[in-house]
Formats: sequence, C-alpha cells, structure tokens
Amino acid sequence: MRAAFRTSWRAALLPVVVIVAAQVAATVTQLESDSLASPLAIVAAFFSVLKDGSLMRASLDTLMAAFCGCVIGVGAGSLLGILLGLFRLADDALDLTIELLRPVPVVALIPVVMMLLGFGARMEIVIIALGLLWPSVVLARTAVREVEPRLMEVSAVLQLGFPARLSKIVLPAILPQLFMSLKLAAGYALVVAVTVEITANPFGLGYGIMMAQQALRPAEMFAYLIWIGVIGWLVSLVLMAAQRRFFPAFAKGETR
Amino acid sequence: MKQLSMQKLLLGLLGLATFILVWKVITDFKLVSPIFFPSPARTWTALLKGLAGGPLLAQTLETVQRMLLGWLLASLAGIMLGALIGVSRRARAFIAPTLELLRPLPASAMIPIAIAFLGFSDQMVLVVIAFGALWPMLLATIHGFSAMEPRLYEVSAVLGLSRLQVIRKLALPSAMPMILASLRLGLTISLILAVVGEMLASREGLGQSILLASRSFRSADLFAGIVILGAIGLVGSGLLSLAEQRLLRWQAVTR
Repeated sequence: MRAAFRTSWRAALLPVVVIVAAQVAATVTQLESDSLASPLAIVAAFFSVLKDGSLMRASLDTLMAAFCGCVIGVGAGSLLGILLGLFRLADDALDLTIELLRPVPVVALIPVVMMLLGFGARMEIVIIALGLLWPSVVLARTAVREVEPRLMEVSAVLQLGFPARLSKIVLPAILPQLFMSLKLAAGYALVVAVTVEITANPFGLGYGIMMAQQALRPAEMFAYLIWIGVIGWLVSLVLMAAQRRFFPAFAKGETR
Repeated sequence: MKQLSMQKLLLGLLGLATFILVWKVITDFKLVSPIFFPSPARTWTALLKGLAGGPLLAQTLETVQRMLLGWLLASLAGIMLGALIGVSRRARAFIAPTLELLRPLPASAMIPIAIAFLGFSDQMVLVVIAFGALWPMLLATIHGFSAMEPRLYEVSAVLGLSRLQVIRKLALPSAMPMILASLRLGLTISLILAVVGEMLASREGLGQSILLASRSFRSADLFAGIVILGAIGLVGSGLLSLAEQRLLRWQAVTR
C-alpha cells in the first residue's frame, strides 16, 4: 500500500508541477494570447463546452464513427485474414498485391473517399475501416497459421466441413489474438477519426479543436485536446480491462 | 525450396494481374463513374506524365524531404531523451507515467496547436511530424533500457563504467531491436503526418497535390499521387528492414 502510494506521488509530481507552473506564469504575466491559455481558463472552457452540449455531441460523433469503422474494418480484415491463413494457395496469390497496397498511407485515401461520398459520418467510417483493414488481415492470418497443426489434422480426420472447422477449431483458437487485434485497432481508429476530422470532415472532436483554433479561443482548443487524450486513454483502459477479464493468460503474456 | 518460392512469385504476379484486370473491368464497364475512378491505363499515363515533365517529381521530393527531416529529428531527439530517462531508475519513476499518459493522444490533434503557434508554415508541418514520430522512439528506448538484463547494470557498476559508457556499450545495443522496430513505425507516422500537414497548410507536396486533384475531379492525377505515396511507404520500410537485418545479425546468431 505504501509502495503504491510512493510510486503514485512520483508519477503525479511532473504533471502537477507543470500545471502549477503554467498557472503561475499565466497569472504573473497576465496572459492574453491567441495561442496559449492558463490551466484555470482551460478548465472553465471545458465546462462551458460541456454545458452547451457541443462537447458531448462531438464526442459521440467521433466515437460512433470510430466504433463503426473499427467493427467493419476489423471484421472484414479478420475474415480475409482467416481465409488467407487457411488456404495457402489464395495467400500466395494475394500476398504480393496486399504487400503493395498495405504501405499506402490511409490519409491518402481521404481525397478519394471524399470525392465519392462527400462529407459526413459515412466517409469517415469508410476511411477508418480501410485504415484498419490491412493490419487486421495480417494479424488474423498470422494467428491462423499458428493454430496447433494437430488440431487441423484432427478436424481432417473428423471430416469436419469448412463451417464446422471454422467455428469449432479455428475461431476458438485465435479468439485471443482477434481481441488483441481489436484492441490495437480501437486506438488506431480513434487516431484516424480525429485526423480525418481535422483534415477534411466538418464533424466531431477533430473539427471542434480546429474550430476553436480558428476562432482564436486557445482555452477551448486545449480543453478539446485534453479531452481527446482522455477519451483515448479511457478507451484503452476499458479494452485492457476487458482483455484481462476474458483472456487473463493472454493479457499477462503480452505485458511481459 | 527455390522452386517453391518461384511458384509463389508466379502466383503472386498472377494475383496482381488479376487485381489490375478487375480494376480495368470495373472502369471499362463504368461500374463507378470514370470521374471518380480512373482506369489503370489512365493512372499509369498520369503517373508517367507527372514524373517525366509534370510537377509530380518535385512534389514527391518535397514530401520525402519533409518526411525524412521530421523523422530524423524525432529519431535523434527520441533516442537521446529516451536514453537519458531510461538509464536512470529515478528519472523513469518520475517521467515515464506522464509519457504513458500522453501517448494515446493522436498526433494529428496537435496540428491545431502547432498552427496556433507557428501558423500555416513549413516549420509547423515539420514540428508536427517530429512531435508525432517522437513517441514511438522515446517509449521504445525507455522500455528497451528498463528491460535490459539487470546483471549487466551490476557488471557495469563493478567495472566502474561511467553513465555514458553504460549507455553506449550496454544499454543501446540491448535496446536496439526495439529501437529499430520503432524507427519503422516512426517513418510510417512521418509519412502520414507529412501528407496531412501538406493538405492542411497547403504546402507544396503530394498531400496538397492529391487534395487539389480530388477537388478538381482529376482522378487520374489523384490515383497517381496515391501510387507514389504507397511506393514511398514500401521503399522506406523495405530499406529499414534491410538495415534491421544487418544491424541485428548478432542477435540471429546468439538465438
């Protein structure tokens, strides 16, 4: 208990010092700036955007888009990955194409999807899904290849059909890896969502922070920034807890 | 074995050919309007024309330069700061939790902040790239240092090595696999942020070029730009994995 307290005050020291120093500096210099704001002003701005509902609306928009994109991207990617992992021939045939498509940065697709779908949630979801597709393919494919080969032999002996093999052998074996893939994807989905909103889409938290900057309201801008950080942190916390709950052995092995 | 990889290559080329054929069929039968989706031939022509006499070559160089500069800055700063923090247990206890807290923050969310300070300028884009690519390097170095075999620290104490010597002779080599992996991640992030920065701040480069192409519905130019961006990513990560193989040869031997 005491040890925990000691590590936690050490961890808290740096942020607290920075915040206090920023407040002192702002008060002493009577800060009036278009790019900086005092911590107190940031807190005030946070509560004002919280009260008028714009923060919650923006958060919901961003989270919904990230969630939908994540489900579609990881779902489609994992499915393709599983198929490629199971059928060697298909994998060999598609490997080169995938390796060539994979390095295309997801932001390069923003103009294409924007042209096809215009602005809005749909465009953002499609970009997020496309961004998550290849990593999910690769992770699922590796996971399927690492399934104990004897299990596959057993399924051959039992003459299981393809659906039965998938649902009884492969899926249970790779479930922990699929969840890890989802966990990585969720964080990335949020990053892509905010990026798309900042770059193009008039929508969500990214647009909120961009508008605050352009309206020269630095306190609001920092409030949005910190809030985006908090959301990212909460999402990863929830997923980590879920992983520990459902796949305890796997979670332990990973943090090693 | 050789025959096997030969067969794999042939299959791969066949797959690629099929992919391009499907792309061609989609555009030939106008399943998607050609305004949005150019045929492979049109993309290829736009690519050649842009690279031979058009603006694409200059834009590519601009983007690559931006990406590399930001990435180098981030790598140097990240590894140096990481070494300083990582080598001292006390510094780790005080600083590492704050860094972990800041890590999930999307790098692109820093763009408005950077704009507020630096305006729509090249420096702004560079700062955003360097800041975004810094995190993987910094955290990997700290992590690599703290994961070093504790006995090695004891050995270095016995030998009376100075802190600098410990970093150079023991900690950096043992953290090298992690650092190299994060260098690759950092390069990917740099490319993404270079493109985003060019789009937002209208700086010369591929990001701006594809955005303008899409606004004026020049889909062939847009796709040519995307092809080049993909190639940059492919070449960058290819070179880095080559370097990785060379630098980590000792590891493969001891395993």
